[in-house]
Amino acid sequence: MADEIKLPLDSFEKLTKGDTLDSEKIAAPSLTFVQDAWRRLKKNKGAVISMWILILFFILAFGSILWSPHDPNAVNPQFANLPPKWPGIGINGLNGTLVQAGERVNAYAQAGAGANVHYIFGTDYLGRDLLSRMLYGTRISLIIAVVATFFDLTIGVTYGIVSGWKGGRVDNFMQRVIEIILSIPNLVVIVLLILILKPGMTSIILAIAFTGWTTMARLVRAQTLEIKEQEYVLAAETLGESSFKIAFKHLLPNLSSVIIIQTMFTIPNAIFFEALLSYIGIGISSPKASLGTLLNDGQKNFQFLPYQMWYPAIVLSIIMIAFNLFGDGLRDAFDPQSQSRG
Amino acid sequence: MVDYENGKKVLEVSHLKQYFNVGKSDEVRAVDDISFDIYEGETFGLVGESGSGKTTIGRAIIHLYQPTSGSIKFNGEEIIGLKDRQKMQKFRRDMQMIFQDPYASLNPRMKVKDIVAEGIDINHLAKDDDDRSKRVEDLLETVGLNKDHSSRYPHEFSGGQRQRIGIARALALEPNFIIADEPISALDVSIQAQVVNLLKDLQRERKLTYLFIAHDLSMVKYISDRIGVMHYGKMLEIADADEIYAHPLHDYTKSLISAVPVPDPEYERTRQQLDYDAKLEHDDKERKMVEISPRHWVRASEDEIPMYQKRAQAESLVKD
Repeated sequence: MADEIKLPLDSFEKLTKGDTLDSEKIAAPSLTFVQDAWRRLKKNKGAVISMWILILFFILAFGSILWSPHDPNAVNPQFANLPPKWPGIGINGLNGTLVQAGERVNAYAQAGAGANVHYIFGTDYLGRDLLSRMLYGTRISLIIAVVATFFDLTIGVTYGIVSGWKGGRVDNFMQRVIEIILSIPNLVVIVLLILILKPGMTSIILAIAFTGWTTMARLVRAQTLEIKEQEYVLAAETLGESSFKIAFKHLLPNLSSVIIIQTMFTIPNAIFFEALLSYIGIGISSPKASLGTLLNDGQKNFQFLPYQMWYPAIVLSIIMIAFNLFGDGLRDAFDPQSQSRG
Repeated sequence: MVDYENGKKVLEVSHLKQYFNVGKSDEVRAVDDISFDIYEGETFGLVGESGSGKTTIGRAIIHLYQPTSGSIKFNGEEIIGLKDRQKMQKFRRDMQMIFQDPYASLNPRMKVKDIVAEGIDINHLAKDDDDRSKRVEDLLETVGLNKDHSSRYPHEFSGGQRQRIGIARALALEPNFIIADEPISALDVSIQAQVVNLLKDLQRERKLTYLFIAHDLSMVKYISDRIGVMHYGKMLEIADADEIYAHPLHDYTKSLISAVPVPDPEYERTRQQLDYDAKLEHDDKERKMVEISPRHWVRASEDEIPMYQKRAQAESLVKD
């Protein structure tokens, strides 16, 4: 094969002297840390899809403040327990029919609803639109996610950096405090809070503020202990940089991957915590909706009207899976050492 | 050459002790009662095996550690326990450090420009942004890098280039004393010469004084005027570089030099490695540095002095 290849003379080009002399020149384009991470993240299909799903959920959930198909709390007993009905679709399960006593009946006709009444995800036992309630519930979950992130980034990161940077006795004391906090179950904290406050967002947020940041603090501390021995931190010290500036210029940027990744794992935990509390009835209370309360309402009718539980359950699962996959993708993207796992 | 008779002592280290975990069961005496002086314009090489306390000395001198006891005088001024902010900042500007690992000594999240300019920013040396970039570009050219490298990140550079960036950062404050902590041990042999020659050129141009820490004896001999040999946190022998290499007096130094490989297969076949029995140092005898021949100091006890003097005579270092 090799000797058959014939290249015409003019396909070669003479190098000028300047080309060879400049050996210190770097030709590759300069990629910043974030660009490099983004390039790696894009290769991970699951993470990219999860990211778009999460963006979509955020837009839908927060967009429903401006426009929602129905009022999520408006009671309409006439249209109670209507199954999903999609305009123009005749498939069983999406056409507004139900199986009652072995026979498929048109629930919308029974309720006396007009031809132009459509509930895409159906209604609950008080005739409230399930789609609107799910949008509202998702919003609550995402707000919890944002709040948990906020505490992780403020309390958790600061606590971890101070503990790791100071070291010695301060570190020892701060770590014992974390252990004490960790030894109290979350559920006990929230029950104690409910004794003082009403069940609702405030008590959930306070419970997260009290316990949610400990894992972040521990991770950040461990990483800080490692980074502060790095020679570039020593170099900054010999140049006379103050501790505060070292924390911002040298520690935080190098902690960023740990912080971002841990945030992505805190969020699903917080969402699940809220859903659990609402499900057992000490979280968000009616008439407000959250994915947890929707599940609780839905499971009462699960045998007859399974859609009332299926849809919130699916949404909650998708959010959890999406955050986990996205978090995994971010970890691979920010931490090139974990690349080998593909 | 350095004038040792009338020359100015830049750094005087006396009875420096640096212990870790003092009073605990795992107390470490990393540096134990070490004294030496460094004269203006010279390169003082510090050699010893891993864990002998070389790096600890460097870090104690530049205030990264708080020494347990002893005194370090820089330009005649005591620097241990220096509290005054202005004096401290002045000291930081006069003394800088080049680090061992070029892969760990540059912050991977910062651009070369910002790494080199860190000292400039801290001391507000630049008038404005243009002045700052100009200074950075000048420094990069001083160490032989392109000035358009300033907007790149450390991971885009090779080990030798990174080490030169580290040197540029140290030079930014225009120090007159530089501690080079094994600056070449992490580099390829071909790159080592490049960095060492750069350090030598800079010394000539900027009248720098070096404390050069290394474990590679041949490279230390090449760059140093005088060499100190360390072992287990103690200084064993100090002498001129050529003399310590040709006529070592202490058994440990002899053993160390006999371990240096020579790129000559004929010689290598016959090279005898001298073993050194470290137990000899632990016989509870009082030992201190004794000047056996001019500017050749050996750590010895009273009864060992005649032995070393005899050795010196055998090597014809002392007359009569």
